Amino acid sequence: MTTKDLEKALGLVKIAGGDTVKEVSGMYICDLLSLVMSKARQNCAWITVQTNINIVAVAHLADISCIIIPEGIAVDNNTIVKANDEGILIYQSQKTSYELAVEFSKL
Amino acid sequence: MDKSIVLKYDVDGNDFSLAGEASSSVKKVLLSLGFDPEIIRKVSIALYEGEMNMVIHANGGVITVEISPEEIHMLLEDTGPGIEDIELAMQEGYSTASDKVRELGFGAGMGLSNMKKYSDVFIITSEVNKGTRVEMVVKNKQ
Repeated sequence: MTTKDLEKALGLVKIAGGDTVKEVSGMYICDLLSLVMSKARQNCAWITVQTNINIVAVAHLADISCIIIPEGIAVDNNTIVKANDEGILIYQSQKTSYELAVEFSKL
Repeated sequence: MDKSIVLKYDVDGNDFSLAGEASSSVKKVLLSLGFDPEIIRKVSIALYEGEMNMVIHANGGVITVEISPEEIHMLLEDTGPGIEDIELAMQEGYSTASDKVRELGFGAGMGLSNMKKYSDVFIITSEVNKGTRVEMVVKNKQ
């Protein structure tokens, strides 16, 4: 599955990353960045309520395919600018992390 | 790649928005040199944790990375407050990070243990009020 397929299937709204398309092979939900660094698998979609600029570096370093911000939480503007620079996809959703994970498991 | 490459970074301790820049830069260099993804992942995790520790606890520092075909050698030096009890600091879950830093998603108390876990050689020395020196080596697959 690609990030484009995921975007469509879960009804996500893209807020950064431009035309980047990546493979998605799993999902990881966590807000502690050290845990994400060591536990998130390569090519996963990462759901977090953290919206500060540091999530961009974590996604880049841990080979995460995309970041999903749940529950309509607003994302810092400098995070969006940095993500666009680095080609890191960030999506927003009104759904909860749980709802997103349940929907993902059915794909 | 015959000779080794040396990269040096001044880590700004006051700017959280720049945190991770050195690690990201090293990752890009390793990718361009064609290193194995698993090696790059180990270096990325170990170095990012070290870089963040410098920003969070030590008001910045200097990172020197030497890349050779055999290994990636990382040296992190700061003149921060130092670590009083290294054994305690190495324990997973132990953290002295402030609430402000925790709100950003840091302070899980996994930094030093991740650094040790993802490097093949990990040496830390620290002196209170003088600073901390961390040496890490990730060996390349031969």
